[in-house]
Amino acid sequence: MALIQFREAIGQAMAEEMARDDRIFLMGEEVAQYNGAYKVSKGLLEQFGPRRVWDSPISEAGFAGLGIGAAMVGLRPIIEMMTWNFGIQGFDQIVNHAAKMCYMSGGQFNVPIVFRGPNGAAHMLGSQHSQSFDAMLTNVPGMKVISPSTPYDAKGLLKAAIRDNNPVIFLESEMMYGLKGEVPDGEYVIPIGVGDIKRPGEHVTIIAWNKMLHVAMAAAEQLAASGISAEVLDPRTLQPLDEELIFTSVRKTHRLVIVDEGWDFAATSAQISDRVQKECFDDLDAPVVRVNSLFVPMPYAEDLEHAVLPTAERVVQAVKDVMYVD
Amino acid sequence: MAAESKLKYDRDFLISVYKDMLFGRRFEERVNQAYQKGKFAGFCHLHIGQEAVCIGVQRALRPTDYMISGYRSHTQAIAKGIDPKAVLSELFGKVDGCVRGKGGSMHMFSKEHRFLGGHGIVGGQTPIAAGVGFAIKYDQNDDVMVCYLGDGACNQGQFFEALNMAAAWDLPVLYIVENNQYGMGTDFRRVTSVDSLAKRALAFDIDNSQVDGMDVLKVYDHVSGIVSKMRKKPKPYLLEAHTYRYRGHSVSDPASYRTKDEVAQFQARDPITTLGDYLKKHKVTTEDELKAWDKDIRDQMTAIEAFADASPKPDVSELWDHVFVD
Repeated sequence: MALIQFREAIGQAMAEEMARDDRIFLMGEEVAQYNGAYKVSKGLLEQFGPRRVWDSPISEAGFAGLGIGAAMVGLRPIIEMMTWNFGIQGFDQIVNHAAKMCYMSGGQFNVPIVFRGPNGAAHMLGSQHSQSFDAMLTNVPGMKVISPSTPYDAKGLLKAAIRDNNPVIFLESEMMYGLKGEVPDGEYVIPIGVGDIKRPGEHVTIIAWNKMLHVAMAAAEQLAASGISAEVLDPRTLQPLDEELIFTSVRKTHRLVIVDEGWDFAATSAQISDRVQKECFDDLDAPVVRVNSLFVPMPYAEDLEHAVLPTAERVVQAVKDVMYVD
Repeated sequence: MAAESKLKYDRDFLISVYKDMLFGRRFEERVNQAYQKGKFAGFCHLHIGQEAVCIGVQRALRPTDYMISGYRSHTQAIAKGIDPKAVLSELFGKVDGCVRGKGGSMHMFSKEHRFLGGHGIVGGQTPIAAGVGFAIKYDQNDDVMVCYLGDGACNQGQFFEALNMAAAWDLPVLYIVENNQYGMGTDFRRVTSVDSLAKRALAFDIDNSQVDGMDVLKVYDHVSGIVSKMRKKPKPYLLEAHTYRYRGHSVSDPASYRTKDEVAQFQARDPITTLGDYLKKHKVTTEDELKAWDKDIRDQMTAIEAFADASPKPDVSELWDHVFVD
């Protein structure tokens, strides 16, 4: 086992897969000569050369579409969006083209492509750079959406994403690129659509993913001090969702809190809540409570930004609400 | 066409070009009749009047070349090799359709014939075409990618992004603008900064030219020259073909935004009639033979329609097929 950063885990996954399969190439803004805006692709140009690693122009719709065309005729592109805030410039290509191609061609043209990059707020970047697009992306049939929380999950799931024969959205986080975690020395792949219990518990289930997982873990630690045993469940993949893992946990704890960086209206957490109330109605001892970002554009000022995002304090309060304790 | 004592083209070639254009014309007329009879619904954009571009370009290509198009592409799909029975069955939403009833008028595809769709988002196909050019170059073969678009798509930002990448990276993509003068009901001159769409190439330092899109032999000659150079030295090209659609934008459009005189002017230069006259003048054929070919093609249309009528509707169980591949 090696202790590596999240960015290194993603870089390793890409390097290992590119070494395995010559059909894979990486394209995005600053991914080659600059070694990546966040150094995720550091060393890949040197290792694989300019045929495999491409600096793109600042044309997200353009290079998203280029990747789709290349994938339709046999290549396996990894397209990096410097941030998903820029990535939505490519939404037409991702939503209207990548996600539909296999279906509307009657299965003739599948699109084996990964669109990856950081999603959600970093810190004090203002409204246009602090958005979480999980709900919009998971709302579209024809693509898979992965949102990992640890270096181990990121590496294993990115390898699965690259090997998948369908469009896969891979959501990272600027705030987690420096996060360190244990990663095995040998090769491993984590299947898409399989969640993970990050902390077993008995009294309440907390579902969280990406950097919210760490907010949930901090809350669970605080709750443990007051005698509340929280089970923290990381779905890891948002589309398709590991519903059975969720239902099993809720049937055990009878209480559910969901932590979701997305805005609260029509959020991914709202979808999970809907599925749980339908499938676990008789098992619930309290209404499902969601902790989301407040429904405002992100302000710049530090205290205002802090007030928008889910925090461990808000999660602790939500758990106390579903436990009916003060 | 100038009268020449010696024919520049092979006799059989001329006859087959004539028959292919007539086939496209009669096919679209049959499609229109079927639509009026209520045999299918949805949008339906006919290619009548633009046959010379479709057939002239096709004859300059080889089967391994790729093609992608917009939403006016029934006859392009047939020219590229898709069985007309599969195109009409697709329009009828039948299981023998080229994408098993998943696509309809705007989404014809064939992997076997390297026809990459039929796309309904104006201009969306242009960066995808760049991606196919990218893959051709990645594999260092001498195929070319032909991307059809209309005058309307020439004002889409994605098209500019695609042209820029194609030029920056010398991708073998032939962008063919079928300038029929109207983006739906809007005369392109009312909304476009240039009087010729070939000029769109100038900003990207892309080779470009214009061709009379009502003359199939001029289109064939011109495109043959472009493609032959592109195979030897990959780089993009922008060709503007001046053409005209006799019908409205779609079957529901009476086209009241243009004058009858304007339509008549183009119909006076009808590509099929013009070539027919040329063939008679050079004693390649006779009026009686032209009539016999037309009757034969009309009989084929009857058989094609009977096939599409008889083809079963897709079973509802197919609904979930092709969202993903394994």
